[in-house]
Amino acid sequence: MDRFFHSVTLDKEKCKGCTNCIKRCPTEAIRVRNGKAVITPERCIDCSVCIRVCPYHAKKAKSDPMDIIKAYKYKIALPAPALYGQFNNLDIIDIVLTGLKRVGFDEVFEVSRGAEMVSDATRRLMAQGTLQKPVISSACPAIVRLIRVRFPDLCAHVLPLRAPMETAASLARKEAMEKTGLPSEDIGVFFITPCAAKVTDIKVPIGIEASSVDGAIAISEIYPQLVGCMNKVEEPEAISNSGIIGVSWAGIGGEAAALLNEKHLAADGIENVIKVLEDLEDERLSELDFIELNACPGGCVGGVFTVENPYVAQARIQRLRKYLPVSCNHLPGKQVPGEMKWTGELEFAPVLNLADNIEEAMKRMGMVEEITDRLPGLDCGSCGAPSCRALAEDIVLGEAKESDCIFKMREKIQVIADQLIEMEGYLPKNREPDGEENEP
Amino acid sequence: MSQALHLHYDVPGDDFTRAGEASGAVKRKLKQMGFNSSAIRRVAIAMYEGEINMVIHAGGGEADVEIMPEKISIVLTDHGPGIPDVELAMKEGWSTAPDHVRSLGFGAGMGLPNIKKYTDEMRIETEIGKGTKVFMVILAQ
Repeated sequence: MDRFFHSVTLDKEKCKGCTNCIKRCPTEAIRVRNGKAVITPERCIDCSVCIRVCPYHAKKAKSDPMDIIKAYKYKIALPAPALYGQFNNLDIIDIVLTGLKRVGFDEVFEVSRGAEMVSDATRRLMAQGTLQKPVISSACPAIVRLIRVRFPDLCAHVLPLRAPMETAASLARKEAMEKTGLPSEDIGVFFITPCAAKVTDIKVPIGIEASSVDGAIAISEIYPQLVGCMNKVEEPEAISNSGIIGVSWAGIGGEAAALLNEKHLAADGIENVIKVLEDLEDERLSELDFIELNACPGGCVGGVFTVENPYVAQARIQRLRKYLPVSCNHLPGKQVPGEMKWTGELEFAPVLNLADNIEEAMKRMGMVEEITDRLPGLDCGSCGAPSCRALAEDIVLGEAKESDCIFKMREKIQVIADQLIEMEGYLPKNREPDGEENEP
Repeated sequence: MSQALHLHYDVPGDDFTRAGEASGAVKRKLKQMGFNSSAIRRVAIAMYEGEINMVIHAGGGEADVEIMPEKISIVLTDHGPGIPDVELAMKEGWSTAPDHVRSLGFGAGMGLPNIKKYTDEMRIETEIGKGTKVFMVILAQ
């Protein structure tokens, strides 16, 4: 797999080259070049902000088509708990899960079950006191990628546990192999995803070698077919096996609350998250034990593949979880199983640096400062960069010119125009002036 | 011998909500230049504390930062009331901050002690009625 694979992509036909996405991208990964947005793959964290702000729907997220499941003999659906908030008048989760079976899956394994195990594992690791506090949740792949490119000092704070989707996938696969006797390659495990970053995370995971998930189907893709099947369910099967803790991971604060400890914080929306990370980096949040961060407003129910308003979805989930047990999934024994842990560390990726070595970077920074001072400071985006400072950086890195600034260009034209007028006054003396005003 | 990079910031004294902007900007730039992350953190915290002090006690001031590959030097200059007893001001927990900033969590008397803690060199020049200069150096290793 291409290590720079991204779910978030551009539909060139639809892109008008406006400034909406470049100005909101949290890693300044987008520039407008030749009238179209261009995403720098090294910088993109798949947060989906550009998809949300594009008025022309030119930014989109790729996920796998429904047909992908046909390649496997035994098909398992892993619904994210955010799926449960997408339906009107839903009283029991089993209707959704039974509906998924009717759509074509042989088995359904709730990601909320994996979430409850991750919560249990997190509580244990926190009690052991080996983690660097405050611990930052690693469940949102866009946040892990954000920290990787912007917060070198915080990489060590990220919870080194596989996300609920991965733990659920491993368990579901194991159970299916025991039940059917089929080899692993005949079993297809598919995440029903609210979010684009998860699609990327399956193809190019962080912290683990390879994902246990075979594909990601967008909630919005499966939704029409699923609703049709759900409407025909009269006797739902008893499949659901998760409690309040697991289901609450769909919204803000669910994961943090599951730690049963008040010293936590939950933030959502990438700009808010960045403010929290900045404060954390400056040691202003040392009284906290745990920090839950969600790139999407509202948490996972706010993902770009959802169909319902995130706040409505959150309210529905609150209602659905009302008579559920607190938690249905617990880890066996006292230790955290090795297969739930990351196999590698989160390493800082210095993709926003001006140069590989400090001396050169300092020289370039000096030039960036000078150029920024000369630019108008309007941050209008007309040059294709998100701000005057970003244009200055692009100029220093050889990717843009000062005359890409339309105000600089206008100044230049003014100078040229003045020179033309001046030159007109100095007609060569070997010629007879033709206008009266030119006569001495 | 490479040339030093100089950065200058005016720290406005009339808007408390903007305190911390200069140290935030310096932090971002040091990151972009690839400085060691522990040095960046120490610069960010020490300069932030100094910046907050200037806003709380001196009606703002100026920050001058000199960046070299091996060290970062910061000079914070204000024209405030000066510090009558520097030794006392350096004591942990000693604060003369007014109530309205204490309610925001400032004024715990850790500003100057924290600067001392996070820097490799620190020096204060102060004159009553004229102002204060805080010099700090952080080695980048």
